[in-house]
Amino acid sequence: MRQWWWKILGTALLLYVVIIGLRTPLAPALIHRSIDRIAPGPVSFVVSSYNTRFANDVLQGWIENDSQRVCATNIERLSDDQLRISMDIPTGLRKEMSDLHIFSEHSGALVMYDAFFTEGRGSGIEDRNCAVGKSLRSGFEFPDRNILNESIRNLFFHVPMWFAMITVMSIGVWKSVRVLRANSMAEDRAALAAVQVGLLFGLFGLITGSLWARVTWETWWTIDVKLNGAAVGVLVYLAYLVLRGSVAEPAKRARLAAIYSIFAFTFMLLFFLVLPRLNAVDSLHPGNGGNPAFNTYDLDNRLRLVFYPACAGWIIMGVWMYQLRRRLLNLEDHLAHATDQ
Amino acid sequence: MARKEITHLLRLEWQLDRRQKHAWGSMALYVVSTVYTCYLGVKKIAEVPTWNALFWIILLFAAFNALGRSFQREEGGRQLYLHTLAHPRNVVLARTLYNAMVMLVLSGVSLFAYTLFMGDQVLAGADLPLFALSVALGGIGFALSLTLIAAIAARAGSGLGLMAILGFPIVLPMLLAVMRASKLALDGVAWSVVGKYLVSLVALDVLAVALAAILFPYLWRD
Repeated sequence: MRQWWWKILGTALLLYVVIIGLRTPLAPALIHRSIDRIAPGPVSFVVSSYNTRFANDVLQGWIENDSQRVCATNIERLSDDQLRISMDIPTGLRKEMSDLHIFSEHSGALVMYDAFFTEGRGSGIEDRNCAVGKSLRSGFEFPDRNILNESIRNLFFHVPMWFAMITVMSIGVWKSVRVLRANSMAEDRAALAAVQVGLLFGLFGLITGSLWARVTWETWWTIDVKLNGAAVGVLVYLAYLVLRGSVAEPAKRARLAAIYSIFAFTFMLLFFLVLPRLNAVDSLHPGNGGNPAFNTYDLDNRLRLVFYPACAGWIIMGVWMYQLRRRLLNLEDHLAHATDQ
Repeated sequence: MARKEITHLLRLEWQLDRRQKHAWGSMALYVVSTVYTCYLGVKKIAEVPTWNALFWIILLFAAFNALGRSFQREEGGRQLYLHTLAHPRNVVLARTLYNAMVMLVLSGVSLFAYTLFMGDQVLAGADLPLFALSVALGGIGFALSLTLIAAIAARAGSGLGLMAILGFPIVLPMLLAVMRASKLALDGVAWSVVGKYLVSLVALDVLAVALAAILFPYLWRD
């Protein structure tokens, strides 16, 4: 028990991540409106939403422009997630873009920022306050982010893959240093096991990232600092395996592989540290070049409750897999020697 | 002591290469035939990004080709003999320095052949000294980061194929920085913008040389 408590911890963490991360509903949100510009006069449009229950709801709707409001004259409930809203747009709204607000007793305050391009602008309208009731909404849910939507759950799988890969990679570099110091074949097998497990995590990181990019950025692959870094990482792993494959003599193979892995991974580390600072503007990833990072959102605490356990869980899983792989390689080696004699 | 040994080794390299004139000829031929193939395919190129990208692709593979040879000589007894004469660290430092000079010449030759065939229209609006500097630093950078890789590939007993596989992830960061820098120089962007790429390039160079000096002695231990 004293030796393997962390395996139980890792399993429990990942179980928690899978259950909570996939079961928690997204917060209700407005996702579509049938028109995207408004002009003075009567307008009527359909709003679509996600995870709402409009059918038996108490609703208010208005558009807001420079904190001045135009209230809906009529709200028709088409279904649980569709409303037809009618309103009279006065002349004289100040700003170019107007926000759409829906208040619902079940779903709380829903906002779609910059929903309408506004025509017939002027120096302001008469201030009005559309009456707002009290929301009954409560409960644990993830934020519904623009373009991320349900795919936000990938945060618990895609990002920790890289953390696990870097952890296992560091073990591999350390083992490679040990190979050069001690000239030990056992350390060489350990380094190989670390690379194999790290490659697995790298490939899963690429797959989850590629799928996520397809959903959000509408492309499988793009030019991005982090993508370049990921490609270099996986290429280094593959090159390491090719190098091992091309040397037959075990002692020489161990030494060459160790030298290459120390050289390549130190280079890669500098690459991760230096180049993102140069090309920060180019990255599409959160936290780079004007993209909001996840932790700048006040709603983020809900994601963090699952994200941190996910990171810990996947890192533990990576170390565990590395240990198993190393033991397997040792056993195979043992077996090979046994059959030799 | 170390400096004297390195100077001797450099002179040795130079004498060996002077005897093997075909080595220089093959490098030049590689560059010229690649450039000529591109010329047959597309004639002149007027757009800066395409011109720039194609140039770096040609130079990258010329570098693999040229540097891949650099440890092929030390097979069998010669390596042992060299080992008794000089410290392996000095051997790798001398070889790195020599390769850097070779790559400097080779980038100059490549640039000359390339502008000759593919047109010099893109150079009209360029910051020429800055562009020349980024090409020179790029060529030297390839040499510095690929010398140890060439040694590993030679010890593994495989040819250029393994060298390219092992070297590509290593030069990729360098290639990104230098391609960006030279494109900006071709666009005539000021030093203040291009400078940070070149500085990061020099940082990668220093790291590469330091790692090579540390790791190479292990490579020669049998």
